[in-house]
Parts: sequence; C-alpha cells; structure tokens
Amino acid sequence: MDFFGINPVLLITALMIASTPILLAAIGEQVVEKSGVLNLGVEGMMITGAICGFIVAVETGSPTLGFIFAAVGGAALSLIFAVITLYFLSNQVATGLALTLFGLGLSSLMGQGYQGVKPPLTSKIDMGPLTDIPVLGTILFNHDAIVYLSLAIVVAVWAFLKYTRAGLILRSCGENAEAAHALGYKVKLIRMGAIAFGGACAGVGGAYISMVRVPQWVDGMTAGAGWIALAIVVFGAWRAGRVLIGAYLFGGVTVLQLNLQAAGIAFPVEYLSMSPYLITILVLVLISAGRARALGAPAALGQSFHASR
Amino acid sequence: MKLRSILAALAVAVSGPAFADGHEPTKVGFVYVGPIGDGGWTYEHHQGLLAVEEEFGDKVETMYVENVPEGADAERVMTQMALQGADLIFTTSFGYMDPTINVAAKFPDVKFEHATGFKRADNVSTYSARFYEGRAVQGHIAGKLTKTNKVGYIASFPIPEVIRGINSAYLHAQKVNPDVEFNIIWVFTWFDPTKEADAAKALIDQGADIILQHTDSTAPLAAAEEAGVLGFGQASDMAAFTDTSRIGSIIDNWAPYYIERTRAVMDGTWESVDTWDGMDTGMVEMGAMTDKIPADVQAEAEAMMAAIAAGEYHPFTGPINKQDGSVWLAEGEVADDGALAGLSFYIEGVTGDIPN
Repeated sequence: MDFFGINPVLLITALMIASTPILLAAIGEQVVEKSGVLNLGVEGMMITGAICGFIVAVETGSPTLGFIFAAVGGAALSLIFAVITLYFLSNQVATGLALTLFGLGLSSLMGQGYQGVKPPLTSKIDMGPLTDIPVLGTILFNHDAIVYLSLAIVVAVWAFLKYTRAGLILRSCGENAEAAHALGYKVKLIRMGAIAFGGACAGVGGAYISMVRVPQWVDGMTAGAGWIALAIVVFGAWRAGRVLIGAYLFGGVTVLQLNLQAAGIAFPVEYLSMSPYLITILVLVLISAGRARALGAPAALGQSFHASR
Repeated sequence: MKLRSILAALAVAVSGPAFADGHEPTKVGFVYVGPIGDGGWTYEHHQGLLAVEEEFGDKVETMYVENVPEGADAERVMTQMALQGADLIFTTSFGYMDPTINVAAKFPDVKFEHATGFKRADNVSTYSARFYEGRAVQGHIAGKLTKTNKVGYIASFPIPEVIRGINSAYLHAQKVNPDVEFNIIWVFTWFDPTKEADAAKALIDQGADIILQHTDSTAPLAAAEEAGVLGFGQASDMAAFTDTSRIGSIIDNWAPYYIERTRAVMDGTWESVDTWDGMDTGMVEMGAMTDKIPADVQAEAEAMMAAIAAGEYHPFTGPINKQDGSVWLAEGEVADDGALAGLSFYIEGVTGDIPN
C-alpha cells in the first residue's frame, strides 16, 4: 500500500507527532486572540516551556511533572505580557515581539548545563489490542499522552467557545470590550486568563519538542514553530477545527518533504517547504485588504482596553 | 572626553599583555559551530582544547566561543579573539573558510588553523581527518547487518567531505551486499536536532534499519533507539547517549594535533601546512563495537581498519565508476588526494542527485 515508496499510514502517524507542538501553541493562541489580545510572543513562550519542562523532567525523572512545569513556565512568561499590556496598556504587537526575544534569551540562560543531557523517556500509552487494528491502530492508538491531550484541548476549546456561556463572554471581550465591560464583565481578568491559557499551551507544545520529538535541549530549538502557530490561527480563521486541519497540514508538508527526499523522488522539495508560508502570506494579504471580518477575526483584536473610554 | 579616556585606559589594559615580552602564556582560541555539549563534532574539538590545557598547564591560556554561525558573525568572533591577544586560533567548521582567510589577512602575526577547508595563507594552515576511512568500515558493517537492504543516510551540506563519506560507505556496503540501497536526506545544517530527528524518522518509516549520519547531534541515534533500529556515533563516541541503537562510531581525535600545533607556536616553529590524517596517525578512531555486530563481521571490520591504518588498503581503490557509468578509477587505481579533496559526484549505484 505504498505510494512512490511512501507508506501513507506511517506518514500520517509521523505528521501527527510533528504537528503536535504547533497545534498546541496555535489552539492556545486562538483562545487568546478570541479574547481580543494579539500575543506575538508564542515563540518565546514555547522555548521557555521547552526548557522548563526539560529541566524538571531531567531533575525529577518524571516526564509528567516536566510537562506540568512546562505549562507553568509558559503561563508565567505570558503573565508578564498580560500585566504589561492589560494594566500598563502597552502596545500588544511590540510587547509580544519583546516577549519572544526575552523568552529566547531566558531559555538559553536556563539551559546552560543541560545541553547533551538525555531526558527521561515519555512512553506511549498502552492501548492493548486497539494498537493491533490494521491502519487505524497505527494512526490513532499508537501515541503518547500529549498527542491525545492536544486533540482533547482542540475539542474542549471548540465546545467552550461555541456552546458555553463562559465562552460567549470571552468572545464578547474580543468583539467589543466596552460592551462587555458595560455588562459588568471583568474584561482584564478574562483576558488575563486567556493569555495564561495560551502561555500554558505554548509551553507544553515547546516541551513536546525538547522531550519527545528530539529529545534533547538545544538553544533556540523551537526554530520558528511559534511563528507558524500564529500563522495557523489566521489560516484556521479562528476556528478550532480549522486550526487542527491547518496544523496537520503544516506538519504534514514538513514530514512529506523529508519522506520524498528519502524515497529519492526527484521533486524539488523547496516548493513543498515554502507552500505553507505562501498560503499564510495569501491569508494575511486577504486580511489586510479588509476582509478580516469575513474570515472571522475578533473585532477588538489587538486593541488595548481601559474602562475610562 | 572622560568616556574617551576611560575607553583608552580599557584598551591599554586589554591589549597590554599582548605587547608584553614572551613570558606570558600562549593564548589559543577555538571557534565552535555548535555547543560543546552536542556530544559529537564540537564536543570532540573541545576535548582537544582540554587536552592542550592539560599538556601545557599554565603556560597556555585557552578561550572558546560556541554556536558561532558560519558567515559574518564568525569573522566578528575571530577578530575579537585576535584583539584579545590570541596567538593561535582554531576555526573548526568548513563554513569558516572565507572568514578565517579574511581575518588572517588583518592579523598577520596571529596563526590560524582552519578545519576541513582548502584555502591557506602564510598564517593559515588547514587540517582535516580522513573520515571516509571510517565510513568504509561503517559501510561494510551496514551492508552486512541490514535486513531490509535499506540504509538511511542523513547528510548535511553537499560539500566534498560529505559526498566522500556517502561514496565510501556505499561502496563498501555494496561490496558485501549487492542489493543494498542508500536513502539520502539532505538537511542543510550541521546541528539542528529537530531536523535531524525528523529526517531519521522519515528514513526509518521508509524501511531503513541502519542510520548513518553526517550531522553532529545525537538526535538521530535517539530516534533510532525509539524505533529499534541501529546507528553509529558520529564524530564522537556517543555511547553515553543511547543504550541500544549505537553499534559503533567514528571518533575524530584532534587532541594530538592541537597539542603539536600549540607547541609549534610556543617554539616559534609554526608553519602553514596542509594536514590530512586518518587512521594511521589516530586522528580517525573507531569506537568500540557492540555485540549487536556478529563476531565475524567485527573481525572483518577490525581487519579492514588494520589494513587502512597500515596503508595497505585505500577505501577508494578501483575499479569504481561514476554515477553515470563512466569510469572514474580503473582496476587497481587509487584515488589521489587532489581528486578526493574536490569530489563532487556520486559513484555508480548511488541513487538521486546531489543538490546544488
């Protein structure tokens, strides 16, 4: 069942693993943007989560604790952003960029002495006979817990935003913060919660790179994954389902590119490598051309909120 | 004015020792492409630095900078080292070639040593190791051990050194296993564990059961361990990083060379030379083989190593055809160093094209 020497079952399995970090970061950022905040510091939060999780996992020997502290680390960094943008009303774009630079430097400092160290192995979940089902068993029932966690978060975010009252309130902060405030909702607290959730997701996503996918610590190892996650949120038009598709598409192209090379197919892989970015640019052009509302961007995205206005 | 005088004082303080008479320690600088904890290429160069320190004690002072990108940044780092009074600077990656030549022209009194390059000057030497000798042994073992007849190869940049490695490994794998096939992925980096791990996984997914790598991190071995396939340590032993997947390794032992060259600077006998040593001088060593390699294959590998070290066997001995089928080396002909140094084509049987 191979196509050009590439086994599609293994390809899908591999792309799920390759996509998990950007999926986690993107789904977190989607919630942040839905609350009306544009946090460009995803890359910084991912790399901080990557090193926090790595250090804790190495010191305690427990990958679970590692992932928990990766979430804590990412969330802690994002709260710096939250305080500065929400209470000191700084520009969200500039602050987000600064957060990325800060996160990269901080992680490099924390990671001194952890280069070349081997983290404890994150084991796959034993699904018993389910794993033996042909095709589906390999694709669906042969992963570690974080892959399932990422999918669970996608479903939870979708249901939360679509069906719950709390989700509606969060969305109202992103559509019209003044109105939400007039109704008595605490816009700043709600946004802060969303930012912390986004930071935690990005942190776990980063730790997935340093603890499962590589697994090793290297300076700057997220290598732009945070930016791809930001693009995926736009690509997915701020909808959980489409963000999932976008993340798997991006991850899939990366994996396919390597597989084509390994299969010795004379297809210029450069085209595949650049295709996700071309789509992103296209989406961004559409948005800047004033079509953002049609795509579903929150109306108050990127605007600071102060109760005096 | 005040600031300027402070700066001037600082400059004197910093540059002072460089102008003092010959009693202060010889300063040796190292420019690294990766972190010293990479467990591979840079780690092994750093072992060389430590060996120099141990050999000369307080007669020598060393300095090093890690993670230096190949390009303009490298020039900045080298200039900084020269300004800090370095007498000898080792630049340890192929991409530092032009920066080394540029900086060396500005500091004629400082000696430079560039690893794996081919440009020299009065104060620039080059040195490299014949890694392809180790690749020959690896290829032999891989050809014997592969069950799927597919060997994965993670290549870094399409430069002669890497192409030599692929050719040498394939040649010797194919000698013992005519059905063997090499799947090659070019990752265009020396050190990026994420990319290396993804490449290893793609190769394993396509059926490769032995992974050879020409990149510096231990990530491919970790991926191999997870998938239950085999691989080799690259540039360093890497035995400490995986318990199950590593079955052997090529070790670059730079320490004796670094000690010898540092001594030459101290004695004032340093000259610009081109060094290309292999198993004969111990610059290329093979790490211990594990019992995953059957005893008879181990014995064959040992015999090949002995023959190479003794100069009785050259890995590139004809008949060898180029990829297009034309003759490269006739029966019994041995490739000369010039041809090897500029090698830019695959030999017959290797599939795929070399990217530009």
